[in-house]
Amino acid sequence: MESYLWIIPFSPLIGAAINGALAILYSHKEKGPREEIISFIGCAAPLASFVIALMIFIRMIGMDEADRILEQTLFPWIWSGALNIEVAFFVDALSMVMVLVVTCVGTIIHFYSIGYMAKDRGFARYFSYLNLFMFAMLTLVMGKNLPLLFVGWEGVGLCSYLLIGFWYSDIYKAAAGKKAFIVNRIGDFAFLLGIFVVYVATLEHGAGTLDFPALSGLVAAHPEAFRGVATAAGILLFIGACGKSAQIPLYVWLPDAMAGPTPVSALIHAATMVTAGVYMIARLSFLYALSPLAMGVVATVGALTALYAATIGICQRDIKKVLAYSTISQLGYMFMAVGVGAFSAGIFHLMTHAFFKACLFLGAGSVIHALRGEQDMFNMGGLSKYMKLTALTFLIASFAIAGVPPLAGFFSKDEILWSTFTSSLSPGWLPMVLWVVTFIAAGITAFYVFRAVFLTFYGKKRLTAEAEAHVHESPSVMTVPLILLAIGSITAGFLGVPQVLGGSNAFHHFLSPAVGAAEHVTHAVQGAGDSVQAIGAAAHAAKEAAAGGVQLSSYTGEVLSEAGGGSHGGSHGLEILLMVLSVLIGIAGILVAQAMYIRNPTLPESISRRARGLYNLVYGKYFVDEAYRETLVKPGYFLSEKVFFKVIDVWIIDGIVNGFGVMARGFGTVLRLLQTGVVRTYALFILLGILYLIYRMVG
Amino acid sequence: MDLLSIIIFLPLAGAVLLLLFPRESERAIRGFSLIVSLAAFIVSLRLLTGFQTSAEMQFVKHIPWIPSLGISYIVGVDGLSLFLVLLVTFLQPITILSAFRAITERVKEFYICMLLLETSMIGAFVALDLFLFYVFWELMLIPMYFLIGIWGGQQRIYATIKFFIYTMVGSLLMLVAILVLVYTYKSQSGVLTFELDKLYWVAMSTRTQWLLFLAFALSFAIKVPMFPFHTWLPDAHVEAPTAGSVILAGILLKMGGYGFLRFAMPLFPDAALRAAPLVAILAIIGIIYGACVAMVQKDVKKLVAYSSVSHLGFVMLGLFVLNTQAVEGAIYQMLNHGLSTGALFLLVGVIYERRHTRFIEEFGGITKVMPVYAAIFMVVTLSSIGLPPLNGFIGEFLILIGIFKAKAVYAALAATGVVLGAIYMLWMYQRVFFGEVKHAVNRTLRDLTPREVIVFAPVIALIFFMGVYPNPLISRMEPAVKKFVTEVRAGRGDYMQITRFAEQAGGKWMPAVLEVDPEHPDEETAALVEKETELE
Repeated sequence: MESYLWIIPFSPLIGAAINGALAILYSHKEKGPREEIISFIGCAAPLASFVIALMIFIRMIGMDEADRILEQTLFPWIWSGALNIEVAFFVDALSMVMVLVVTCVGTIIHFYSIGYMAKDRGFARYFSYLNLFMFAMLTLVMGKNLPLLFVGWEGVGLCSYLLIGFWYSDIYKAAAGKKAFIVNRIGDFAFLLGIFVVYVATLEHGAGTLDFPALSGLVAAHPEAFRGVATAAGILLFIGACGKSAQIPLYVWLPDAMAGPTPVSALIHAATMVTAGVYMIARLSFLYALSPLAMGVVATVGALTALYAATIGICQRDIKKVLAYSTISQLGYMFMAVGVGAFSAGIFHLMTHAFFKACLFLGAGSVIHALRGEQDMFNMGGLSKYMKLTALTFLIASFAIAGVPPLAGFFSKDEILWSTFTSSLSPGWLPMVLWVVTFIAAGITAFYVFRAVFLTFYGKKRLTAEAEAHVHESPSVMTVPLILLAIGSITAGFLGVPQVLGGSNAFHHFLSPAVGAAEHVTHAVQGAGDSVQAIGAAAHAAKEAAAGGVQLSSYTGEVLSEAGGGSHGGSHGLEILLMVLSVLIGIAGILVAQAMYIRNPTLPESISRRARGLYNLVYGKYFVDEAYRETLVKPGYFLSEKVFFKVIDVWIIDGIVNGFGVMARGFGTVLRLLQTGVVRTYALFILLGILYLIYRMVG
Repeated sequence: MDLLSIIIFLPLAGAVLLLLFPRESERAIRGFSLIVSLAAFIVSLRLLTGFQTSAEMQFVKHIPWIPSLGISYIVGVDGLSLFLVLLVTFLQPITILSAFRAITERVKEFYICMLLLETSMIGAFVALDLFLFYVFWELMLIPMYFLIGIWGGQQRIYATIKFFIYTMVGSLLMLVAILVLVYTYKSQSGVLTFELDKLYWVAMSTRTQWLLFLAFALSFAIKVPMFPFHTWLPDAHVEAPTAGSVILAGILLKMGGYGFLRFAMPLFPDAALRAAPLVAILAIIGIIYGACVAMVQKDVKKLVAYSSVSHLGFVMLGLFVLNTQAVEGAIYQMLNHGLSTGALFLLVGVIYERRHTRFIEEFGGITKVMPVYAAIFMVVTLSSIGLPPLNGFIGEFLILIGIFKAKAVYAALAATGVVLGAIYMLWMYQRVFFGEVKHAVNRTLRDLTPREVIVFAPVIALIFFMGVYPNPLISRMEPAVKKFVTEVRAGRGDYMQITRFAEQAGGKWMPAVLEVDPEHPDEETAALVEKETELE
């Protein structure tokens, strides 16, 4: 089975190559290649990956927990001196979850695209890019080493760029793609440095390596030595993640990215690519766990982003923008989860979010498709009559994201909130604050999502005449994917039912070989500050984790729970209480939305009128884009053009060179006197010269 | 004749034969030049297949030339020069083919220049005698001078003179330095020779080393070009015909980096080590400054020219950090730059031929009209901004990781080039290719012709290959790079080298240093090797 691993990423690559070649061959023809052929190739490729991933998953379940790792090395990539990087794939429980999510949701969205993109002249190009994205994303989650992860990381960025600017004739769309690429590059700059920090640290411990398995072993063997490295590398890599996963302060590209076709927003900018940062931290959990500082930064930024983006979501008019800010906010939850050491909770939310957010986006796509490109929710309303399936699936996904039990979002979000509440982050008040922040964000989430639901599907119809004439339910090639994703939004949560509700949290259990040890280490390291005992225990736990043991030895377990002390764990009663609270705030959010947009539609208007300044601030997205433009872009351009180019290059350096030129001409005028044109004079000079040379050589 | 000499002189022979062609038979002239350059390329592939992975000079040919002055014809390749030679022979037929339609005046002279240029460039990369090197080095300038001066644009005379002043200043200083070096060697050993291998062992005071190094370094720094000696480059590029720009950016600039690798650094290692911080700072300024200035250019060609300043800053930084990864990355980046910047100039040439302008604002929405061209341009752009898994990434990654090991701050500063590169390239791409077709003239632009596709296909293939599977190249460089790094790090003051010198000189000359510890020369060597492996 291991020898099939490579097919998972390469199958879509082949699809991309074929469709790309067809797109180019037909580029000068009136019509593109036949859509049937393109969509067959385009969908078969990721489907094949999904099938193989499933087969590997089944095989994996049959294996011993400790052995659930599959590897395949293809060929040496960068071998230079002590640096040996190979093209090798690696699938453990964590990668397995990611591969399944990516191929499953990805394939569904590919099918949906057949309907959404029908009759677009760029059909072949679209599927080529989309397949290329699958290749890059799968390389990202299956790469065995950091540089290979980075290949996928950059690759998904490229595809994101190409797909955001897919309709390139619109310069604003093209510019949005470029913005995404450049903001991501800023993150990548730090990401690269993070890789280097890790590499140099491993060199100091005798083995220059960037392979995940080797790294985790090395870190486990020298946990003390890697604490500083974990902080430096952890924060640098997290800056990279802030770019890719749209966290403060690098989130600004994601709302603009909505310029791309809606299935792209669903696949890349909601379900998969933007979660890469969360995956990366979970992948390096063994390293992050050692640094309370890096973890604290991750958790705090995540929580702040969750709240911040949610507030912007309240005022957006564009249905896709609402979902974009919602994605930023939900990603914040995931980061908070991994930041408090609840790696499996973060990945769990990543998975459930992939279903319900993809469902929401595709639902929005279905609406936009039906209304011929209309995206302003204030020009919608009452659509549930015309688009029953779309409305129903959108509603299900909305309940899921609002955290209404027993839908998927309830279980995953609740696990995050509970893990945060009980985490041992220092200072001691931090877990509580983070919990409050994200608890409020959960209420806002429910509000803005249901605001979108009510504005779009219920209430008064506010369609434009053109839209009115076209409104229809989408074809089944689009609604069936919606149904599948809605089913996922309902059921995915049952994989992780917590013990307090009588579940077994199978998801958590499945992931524990990959991240379980790191979760323990996090608690040990954070739990008792710098107490010697805790650090010793952490070291011990890490070593055992390296040996492949998931179950900690009784000794380590004891020390850990002692060190973790009071902050780790909490009573069942409290857990139930918090759960009830978070359900209540979700329902409250929904009810407020209903009050404002169904029962009393004039209310929003009067509120925004009364709090004009605040409304403008939020509606204007806190004017962060404008601030960046004024403080970074414009001064940078001014410096480059006026100072570097005009003054230094043209005026100073060239001035000096031209000065030499003038001087040379002056010399020339003088030297011209020597050019008498009389051959005998020249001969004399030559003779003198030769004599001098002979004198120097002999003497 | 030996293999290397065939490769060097085949183009020259072709140029001589071209003289016999009647000037009206332009088709024959073009075809013949293409065949000659292709033949040189095919022959040069033998270098690749016959190359042994070791640090030694290979395919060496040694013939006395002017024995009375100690001048010989010595050529050879090692891991440092092998791929640069191949880069020349690879790019040359592509460039010649690309010029088929662009050059319609003085066709015969043009191709003679191109072939002469090829001989001199290959010669300069393989010469192992300082005099021979200098001859080839200067010989390169002449055809280039004509290429810009005859087939260039409006301001070509200003550009050629600037180009000439800059390079002549450097070259003359280098000539003086070469003579001093040879003279010093003679005074120590009694032998008059320009042979590089012997001159590596000249004993010099630190001050002399420093001065000679500066003379060499200035000459090479101008060629690279390093900030602040770069201003000839944008002018030369803008005025040069496409083929001239391709060769200039693709190969001539590499001469600078190669000069440091082969001459300036190993000849004067102590001075090179001392200069390292200065060079590093200039290189970093070059990276950032070049990128910023590239960003504000209105002419695509000028933008690409300034981007070279930025890219070659990476190369210089890599060379002077002096560890295996950084130096390998630097050589790799030279090849990458040759490919991707060469290709960018070819691409700019394509629209220039069609529109006779290169101003960004004259375009916009070109993708719609020239989709194939846009696709190829995109791949080359991505290669240029170092997107994995294309070739540019490998070079940047190796250089940066090497730098980071030595000095993390340098790496952090240099890595900003990664961000800036994306900004100026993608912004330019957006303005040229995206949006609506703004100007009516552009609606009828013809997409790439089959000939043009043939020009780009091998470059694109190599861009992918070198990014996905760099191992065949890196592994062949590695022994020579390791040797280079060890020797330069060892420095000349080290008595191990002086011992070797003493042996070479037949024990006639015994430096004072030797008396310090003549007993254990091997221990010291071992310590050095250990130090290097530790740094790995």
